[in-house]
Order: sequence, then structure tokens, then C-alpha cells
Amino acid sequence: MRYDYHTRYRHGFALLRHRSDWIAYGLLALVLLAIPLFASTYLVGELGYVLILCVASMGLMVLTGFTGQVSLGHASFVAIGAYAHAWLMAQGVPFALSMPLAGLIAAAAGLVVGIPAIRVSGLYLAMVTLAFAIVVEQIIGMWRGVTGGFMGMLVETPRLMGYSLGAPRVFYYVCLFVAALVLLALANLMRSGIGRAFTGVRDSEAAAFSLGIEVNRVKIYAFGLSAGITGLAGALMAHHIGYLTPDAFTLLLSLDLVLMVVIGGIGSLRGAILGAVLISLLPNAVSALKALLPESVARQSGLEIFVAGLVLALFVLFEPTGLNGRWLKLRLLVETFPLYRRDTFRRQKAYMKSERNR
Amino acid sequence: MTARDTLLELDQVALHFGGLAAISDLSMTVHPGEVLAVIGPNGAGKTSMLNLVTRVFDATRGRILFKGQDIAALPRARIAHLGIARTFQNIELFDAASVLDNLLLGRHRFGAGAWWQQVLRTSALTRAEEAHREKVEEIIEFLELSAWRNARVAGLPYGVRKIVELGRALCSEPDVLFLDEPASGLNPEETRDLAFWIDDIRSDLGITVVMIEHDMALVGAVADRVICMAQGRVLAQGTAAQVQAHPDVIAAYLGT
Repeated sequence: MRYDYHTRYRHGFALLRHRSDWIAYGLLALVLLAIPLFASTYLVGELGYVLILCVASMGLMVLTGFTGQVSLGHASFVAIGAYAHAWLMAQGVPFALSMPLAGLIAAAAGLVVGIPAIRVSGLYLAMVTLAFAIVVEQIIGMWRGVTGGFMGMLVETPRLMGYSLGAPRVFYYVCLFVAALVLLALANLMRSGIGRAFTGVRDSEAAAFSLGIEVNRVKIYAFGLSAGITGLAGALMAHHIGYLTPDAFTLLLSLDLVLMVVIGGIGSLRGAILGAVLISLLPNAVSALKALLPESVARQSGLEIFVAGLVLALFVLFEPTGLNGRWLKLRLLVETFPLYRRDTFRRQKAYMKSERNR
Repeated sequence: MTARDTLLELDQVALHFGGLAAISDLSMTVHPGEVLAVIGPNGAGKTSMLNLVTRVFDATRGRILFKGQDIAALPRARIAHLGIARTFQNIELFDAASVLDNLLLGRHRFGAGAWWQQVLRTSALTRAEEAHREKVEEIIEFLELSAWRNARVAGLPYGVRKIVELGRALCSEPDVLFLDEPASGLNPEETRDLAFWIDDIRSDLGITVVMIEHDMALVGAVADRVICMAQGRVLAQGTAAQVQAHPDVIAAYLGT
């Protein structure tokens, strides 16, 4: 068993509170850093893609998980980030400057969507974001001068101080660096005032107003921040794909991002990452599984989508807190062994919940 | 209660929803340092009055003066910054967050550092967070919530939630605290604790308390002054005994 024993408040809200946390995360960092040294080029490329999706998933988590705003159009922010980055690089802007600029452009787009979107919530917000995604997809298709239209556009090889970052093994480190940076920044933000304001707006707008939180402004900021991070993922994605066409950023990508956030566990960065890992590796797992299935089943088209849907349904039914919830239970089991009680996490009866004064 | 100066004043306030007048012509004052109880039958406009002051609703007519400033047209989120805090009849806590985070959110109006300080978690920010935490711990100690400090609100018993909500309002260090039916759903022991706390909030923390309450035992125990509302206007005011004996009040409750 291990206990919380803090003698100063700052120990209580540190990111890594125990020596075992330091060891575990240190080992994880070492493994992630060492992977390109022995893994195959294909695997390293796939893992780089997983890291990119982790960034996008964290971006959506800020909006959906922490602030409670649904978005079915996050693929559009990935697209905006990707195209902005590719266009800026084509204009001769250096890679290291173009990346954050692409993020900022996506964030600006997020603010633009956020301003009308705060007037609606729930299902209506889902429709607004979905409509935005369709509009963006069409604009990208039509705006040939900048995006190359449906013919697509080539993404230049990323370069930093004269060195090429294009090789999968090198680009993996770029992805890892960005993902780690985003994770650290968001972890800090979410345990500070802004993160608390986000959860406040999510759980009770009436109470948030009564505590002096500018609910509408917080929602718009959340949209901007979420879109910016997702745009950053888009910029990385541009290099991963190498050649941008509008059909790389369809509704399916948006839905995959929502799946990651929900299956990972709403309201947790760890969940965003676990969800991204699971969903992005699912197609690989399904294709590996196909070899074992009878041929009549294996030849069916859309097996991946079916499995993804099945996984979502099972999670909603049996583990609504997602992978993060499962992780917390496992960790508590180990920490308190042999005194673990199943009921610790049993959901309590929900008391009166008022929808008035939203 | 010798001070006769005014902290909050409602001046001929009306609130109409279409043709329905929730509050028709309400004038009342809150004096600094008092515990004022607002009673009245269901639908009298008690919570509507509170929602007007906290800017949930726009007053159709009239002025609401807080420390001499008309607040009837301020944005809803500005109210807390003036030093007005409230609780809700049906508990509006942040369910998925811990008790600690709920109370820390009560500190929102005192600021939480610039965004870049939060991203980088600078040492200045850590010190500011510690200062907020220290204030929160004072409230936790005051309301005896230490057993629940790290518990998620979603799993707490009803009575504890009411106290957490009271604590969250106290964390914003208000000048005036509105309690909307603080004792509803509490058992007798919890209600008795609440009576002591309300007294301490006024006497020790120096916060003016306005409570909307039906429990006349609690009202009689802690309120300096009682206002009875009915049909959107003030029916009677005075001490608890005076108001309870007032013929109009008896008529309003019995419906004669």
C-alpha cells in the first residue's frame, strides 16, 4: 500500500506525487525515446501517427471532456492546421515557425466557430460543428489557388537548421516532442484556474455564473484552445500524409476523435491518450484478426467500423468512465492490495438535478 | 443591530414573464451585519427576488442598489466580483470535481494568474495556488469538511453537498451571502449545525446573510429580521414572532 503524506500544499497538487510515479513515467519516457532504435520503420511511422492522434485527441478533450461542449467537426481543425502549415511552408516560412502559426490559424478558426456556437448546446452544437466541418471540406475543395483543390497539394519536407526531419525515425521524435509539450502544457493548465473554470462551465453554468466565471467567454476560449491544439496535430499530420487532399479530413476522422475522447474517458488527459492509442491501433488489430476469422466474415467490408462501433457500445454500457476509469481502478487495486473495495467506484444515486437557470 | 445603513436595496422592482408577474412591486433593504430571513408561501417570488439580485433574470422595472451602485443592468458574471455570493435551492455543485476543486472555484474572483503563468506553472503561480488553498482549508476547517476534502461531489450524501455549496460561496469571501433554502433536505442535527454556522458566518466572518427558508424553527433561531413575501410583494416584516403573528401572513399561508 502507499499513502498520501504531504506536508506542503504544493506536494498535494504536484503532477508526479510519488517516487513510484517518477519511476513509472521515467521508464515510459525512456521506452518512447528508445523505440526508433530497434523498431521497424513501418512500426515507427505508425507510432508517430498514434502520437499525432494523441495530440488531436487531447485537443478535443479540452473542449468535450473538460468544458462539456460537443464537437462533431474537429477534423476540420485538423484540416485547417494541415493546409495552413503546408501553405506557409510552400511560401518559404521555416518549419519551426510554421508549426505554431498553423496552430494559431486553427485557433482563430476555432474562435470564429465558438462565437456562434456558444448560443447553442448539446445536440444543436453537434449540428453546428458538423455543418462547419462540411463547409470547410467544401472550401478546401474549391479554393484551388491555396489548397490545390481536389487534386491535392504536396507537403514539403520539414527542415530544421538545414537538417531534414522527413525520415520516419526522425519525424517520430518531432511528434513525440510536440505531444509531450502539449500534454505538459494542458496538464498544467487543467490543474490551474483556467482548467477549473472549464470544468465549472461543464458541470453547472448557473453556479459558474454565480462565482463570477464569464461562461460565454470561457466557452469561446475553450473552442480556440481546442482548435489550436488540434490544428497543431494537423500540421504534423500534413507531414505524415505527405500529400494533402480534402478526403483525408472527412467526418470519419471527426467521429474517430469523438470515439477516442469518449472511450478514453471524459475529462482526463490520460484518457485522451489511451483512447487515441486504442482507436488508432484498432484497424491494425482488426486486420491481424482477419487472418483468424472465417473467410466469409473476413471479406466483409466495413469490419473496422463495425468493431469500432462495438467497442464504443461496450464501453458506454460497461465502463462509462472509459479507459481512464479502468486505469484508476486497476491502480487503486494495486495500491491498496489486499484491501481493495469494489464499491469505492460504485456510482452513487444522482440527486436532484435542475436544468433551470442554465 | 443598531446600524441602519443599507447594504442592498431593492426599489420598486418588478419581474414579469410575459403576462405573468412573478414580482409585482417589491421594495426591501438589507442592512450590513444582519441575518435576514425571507419567508413566504410557494410562488411568492422569493427565489425570483434572489435571481434578480444575482442577475439571472432581468428586472422588468425598478432599481437594485448594492452599496449605492445600481446593479440591475450588470452582466451576470460581474455580480460575484462585487461581493455577492449565493447557494441554490437544488444544489448546483460541480459534480465531477472533488470537494477541493469546488471550493477552489469559489476563489475564482480573486484571479488565478495569467494564462502563460498557468501553462508554465511558474513559481509565482504555485505560491498563489497555495494561498488560495490555505483560504480553502480555513473554510474546510470552519465547516468540518476535512473528511470529504478529496471526495468527488457526485458520491457525497445530500446533507454534505449542501454544506459544500455553502463552503464554496464562503470561499469567495462575499459581503452578502444569499442562501436559498439552506435547510431543505437536512435532518434535525444538520439543521442545528447550520444554525450555528449561520450565526458564526455573520458574527465571526462578518458576512451579511439573507436566507430564504421555510423552517420557522431555524428562522426563529438565527434571523434578526424576517420579511414575509406573498404574490411578489412584501407582506410583512419585523422579528420572527411579529411576522408569524401578523394577520396578513396567516391569511397568506392559510389561503383565507
